[in-house]
Amino acid sequence: MSTPLLQARSIARVYETNRGLFGRSAGVRAVDDVSLQLDRGDTLGIVGESGSGKSTTGRVVLGLEPPSAGDVLFDGQPIAAHGTPAWRQSRTRMQMIYQDPLASLDRRLSVAAQVREPLDIHHIGTVEERDARVNDLLQAVGLSQSVTQRFPHELSGGQRQRVVLARALITNPSLLVCDEPVSALDVSIQAQVVNLLTDLQAELGIAMLFISHDLRVVRQVSRRIAVMYLGRIVEEGDADDLLAKPEHPYTRALVSAAPSPGRRMADRQMLRGEPPNPANRPNGCAFHPRCPVAIARCRSETPELLDLGGRLVACHLAAADAGLAPHAATVPDRAKTQQVEAFAP
Amino acid sequence: MTTLDLAPKRRRLFDGMPLGIVISLGWLALVVVVAVFADLFAPAHYTTQDLTARFRPPILFGGNLQHVLGTDHLGRDVLSRIIYALRTSILIAVLGTLIGAIGGTLMGLAAGRMRGIFDLLVMMMTDIQTAMPSLLIAIAFLAFFGNSIPLFIVLVSLEGWERYARLARGQVISEQSADYVKAVEALGAGPRRIVFRHLLPNIAAALVVQATLNFPGTILLETSLSFLGLGIQPPGTSLGLMLGEGRNYLLNAWWIAVLPGIVIFMTTLTMSLFGDWLRDRLDPTIEREG
Repeated sequence: MSTPLLQARSIARVYETNRGLFGRSAGVRAVDDVSLQLDRGDTLGIVGESGSGKSTTGRVVLGLEPPSAGDVLFDGQPIAAHGTPAWRQSRTRMQMIYQDPLASLDRRLSVAAQVREPLDIHHIGTVEERDARVNDLLQAVGLSQSVTQRFPHELSGGQRQRVVLARALITNPSLLVCDEPVSALDVSIQAQVVNLLTDLQAELGIAMLFISHDLRVVRQVSRRIAVMYLGRIVEEGDADDLLAKPEHPYTRALVSAAPSPGRRMADRQMLRGEPPNPANRPNGCAFHPRCPVAIARCRSETPELLDLGGRLVACHLAAADAGLAPHAATVPDRAKTQQVEAFAP
Repeated sequence: MTTLDLAPKRRRLFDGMPLGIVISLGWLALVVVVAVFADLFAPAHYTTQDLTARFRPPILFGGNLQHVLGTDHLGRDVLSRIIYALRTSILIAVLGTLIGAIGGTLMGLAAGRMRGIFDLLVMMMTDIQTAMPSLLIAIAFLAFFGNSIPLFIVLVSLEGWERYARLARGQVISEQSADYVKAVEALGAGPRRIVFRHLLPNIAAALVVQATLNFPGTILLETSLSFLGLGIQPPGTSLGLMLGEGRNYLLNAWWIAVLPGIVIFMTTLTMSLFGDWLRDRLDPTIEREG
């Protein structure tokens, strides 16, 4: 079995916040004990509502932010410390796509200058080779020659995201983290960009971490989906299977909230309340205050992410339904091994 | 999407310019041309004395064509002296502004980018500079170290460097939280590329406006010091020095002091007006009609 391309082992990310001049600093656990694994050419979707820690997870696995706990392995090697030459060099192998393409482009540089910038930074190829590669890439993302000397604000939203994509792909990375890449675009453009992403991914064999709150988009792109709630993964599994038969009550609510034609609104299972403040996380299962089926145990004991037959779920009730004995399920060693097996292709 | 139509606006930068700004720019252009080609414009050399033709009034006040703007107490042609004085004053003000702008901007960029102890130090220095009038600092230095043109230019450049530093620092801190800076960082770009290729061009507009607004202050500092006898020394000449010399004869020969005064006044006023207009023009948050 080859090593997975990307492996995050129990990563956490804590932000310190100071409350007032003399107040005690409080830690906000934006990401808590998240483990991910991504094979070459594979796609993992991460869904969750705002503040669930999905973007932070993306930034940590890319090495843009250090994890407060746990570690990230890329190609079996830990990622070098932020800002070091080795870290800079590693940027050619992993790239990020941002939500707002206009904001992530420098408004004072032409399209061609921005797309070739990664090559300039890492001194790859001669000037002619770089220009040729820029043209290839712009063509690959479906942009015509005429845009090369234009500026970002002169392009449409879809064109801009294509430019961002071309810039990310120009160094031939093996990993692409897409943080809400289409949520700033019109629905008609979304489909185009998503199709382009999946096509390019299949063609170039890039592994992709696709972060979004839009279940339909994630389903179209991803082979596996992880659902995050308040910094933790609550459910993870095969994309179609997970959306068809969600096990975790939160995933059920998410799937039910996504509009689909032909289904009556009244059947929807609506979530009440808002996600709790990550600085003031509830005891036990973080979802229990909003959970329609919470039991007493949910208030006191944090559920482990357990393998329920190819599906990882962090819910006491789902575990009980699957017949896993409660005390056996909480043995961490067993949970870990199961998790790794579950990821194997 | 206000940012979308930025480019057409920039291209129309000089369309529909108010008449006042056209006149201001015309005056400034004239000042620069005269200062650069002083030898061609001046009817006489600024040190040429004619003691038989002292205190001649300007042409409209009973003078003659030989000395259009009259002569001073040594019979030197006031027009020629103004032209050469303009060259000295503009040169010192331009160099002073440039040094102050570049130095201040670099300090601000570094402070905003590095933060930490260096940021604290730079901000402390700007606070000291703000609290102490640059005129006072300049007088102290000139009194201790004597007068030399390079020292004088450096002292003049102290006027306002802290404003560039503060402005650049604030702009960098707000700008580097933008996605494009994070994106370039994530591409592996080093600090020099981020600062000079991305941050500086994006904050340059504000700094250029600051320079145009600061320039009159620099001219005034130069003239004040020369007026006090601490700046340009005779036989050299500058607008402030002429003002200082003419002060003694203000009652009988007002033109010696008043004419350079008018030139100083016009130059600083037009520069301020232009700077104000430029600031409004480059600030996308200020709405324009049309």
